[in-house]
Amino acid sequence: MRPNILRTGLAYLILAAAAILILFPFWTALSNSLMTESESATYPPKFFPTSLNLDNFANVLTAIPIIRFIVNSFLTSGIITVGNLITASMAAYAFAFLRFPGRKLLFALFMATMMIPWEVTVIPNYLTVRSWGWLDSYAGLTVPFLATAFGTFLMRQFFLQLPKELMEAARIDGCGHIRIFASLALPLAMPGLATLGVYSFLNHWNMYLWPLLITNTENMRTVQIGISMLQFAEMTAWNLVMAGIVLVLLPSLLMLAIGLGRLVGGLTTGALKG
Amino acid sequence: MDKSSAVPVKSGIQHTRSAVRLPRRARRWHEYVLAMMFLAPSILLFGIFLFYPLIKSVYLSVHSTTPRGEVAKFIGLRNFEKLFDSGHFLNSLWVTFEFMLFTVPTSIVLALILAAICRTHLRGTKLFRFIFSLPLAISVSTGSVIWMVLFHPTLGTLNYLLQAAGLPAVQWLTDPNWALISISIMTVWMNLGFLFILLLGGMEGVPEDIYESAKMDGAGPMRTFVQLTLPLISPTIFFASVTSMIGAFQSFGQIHILTKGGPMNSTNVLVYNLYQDAFVNFRFGSGSAQALVLFVLILILTIIQFKFGEKKVHYQ
Repeated sequence: MRPNILRTGLAYLILAAAAILILFPFWTALSNSLMTESESATYPPKFFPTSLNLDNFANVLTAIPIIRFIVNSFLTSGIITVGNLITASMAAYAFAFLRFPGRKLLFALFMATMMIPWEVTVIPNYLTVRSWGWLDSYAGLTVPFLATAFGTFLMRQFFLQLPKELMEAARIDGCGHIRIFASLALPLAMPGLATLGVYSFLNHWNMYLWPLLITNTENMRTVQIGISMLQFAEMTAWNLVMAGIVLVLLPSLLMLAIGLGRLVGGLTTGALKG
Repeated sequence: MDKSSAVPVKSGIQHTRSAVRLPRRARRWHEYVLAMMFLAPSILLFGIFLFYPLIKSVYLSVHSTTPRGEVAKFIGLRNFEKLFDSGHFLNSLWVTFEFMLFTVPTSIVLALILAAICRTHLRGTKLFRFIFSLPLAISVSTGSVIWMVLFHPTLGTLNYLLQAAGLPAVQWLTDPNWALISISIMTVWMNLGFLFILLLGGMEGVPEDIYESAKMDGAGPMRTFVQLTLPLISPTIFFASVTSMIGAFQSFGQIHILTKGGPMNSTNVLVYNLYQDAFVNFRFGSGSAQALVLFVLILILTIIQFKFGEKKVHYQ
């Protein structure tokens, strides 16, 4: 059994090394956020704070409107997520259960939109949004992202997996499509909605280029833009910057802890078993 | 279709119920209207924010524009000619390619190794799974700011560790030979969570009894991995590679925060160059031409994925 022990040891060695490398940047952020300014700016760099100094969190909250940034990001990703859930499940229902001429073609067209990277359309979209006076507004931040081809695809997969007999029974009982959609298909496709919700929220919480382009006032900045500007303003006060980073990371980490299992199973189903 | 014995009619159902009773043609028409109603929001939004911009990009790319974004005059393919004549754009294509080469294979191989170990029933893998998926919570800006501190030339931890090991310090972000490598290191770290989760998901999709029978046949873990796991999850690996390549093409945030495309354009990837041209120098025509080049490159990758990815799906 010797090779087995060796192998297990090697496996743990690899896991531990990888874990240290992956955790190290997180640790840098956390430990610096607890240091005093002089501690975080010493050389050689300290790996552990000497005391639990929580002032940084209070200070960063007064130094920059980080709460406002977080609220902006929450509103933006929240609106987009709800919008995605609505538009995607509606479109998916039509593709899964309604019969109409040109259905296949239209579905192919929807799928084709996944091949258009957002960056390609960014210039005309910027010009459109600017001409509507939507710079520095929630409308500008959210409306362009409300529809999602990926979400439509994902929800259609979930709808198609629902038992056919159930749908037929509802039809025979005289249920119309709107009623079936609202009180049968949607509740049954909850796992799909949850997957799409987590995916869409995280994705748009992390958006960078678009908010950078269309927000100019500090009031409308999202977390991602706000936090990267923080580092230019307070170049030397790493402890403050890192306290800000930790505050911003908290919601994402929470989302991850809640939604991880969902995301794993759901995304691979949607992505691969088409 | 006798529905006389159907459930008691509630007021809400009445309308739709009558629709079911309509003659065949009218019912079809009804379903068509309904479908359009369900599809309208998506079609409208795609039309305005996806299809129209795509056409507008083509239109802008063959015109010169004023700094306000208005079309000045038709110039044919001049924008494209200028792009491919200037070493600047070719450099940025090359940098994007290099960036892809540095990040995609590295992150996929790392994620594969970690996922393969975590799939086994070693004790403690649950904790490691959580740790390895942590980078999922990192956004490009939080990640970049953290690494900016790590990369700092005099106070940063990386140089401290290098010097402690007796090696010379590296100007991570200001040395043209190192900047793209530094950006790549940060990017691999940031993408590892997603790839780990994706590949682990693929491996868990393989039925357990296949592994069991391989074990019974006396195959060791290495052989099982190379001869069984890898071919079985090849569709997932393929999907992961193509999405990572597309992701590399779209990288922007880490470059905008860490290097601004410099030093000496050594990190000036495609999207950053596009951003510079369109939103800093207000050359929307030239920017649109670049966007279309990006579109074609990504389109090719997507088509490859559809062509080969679909065929390779073989679970059993």
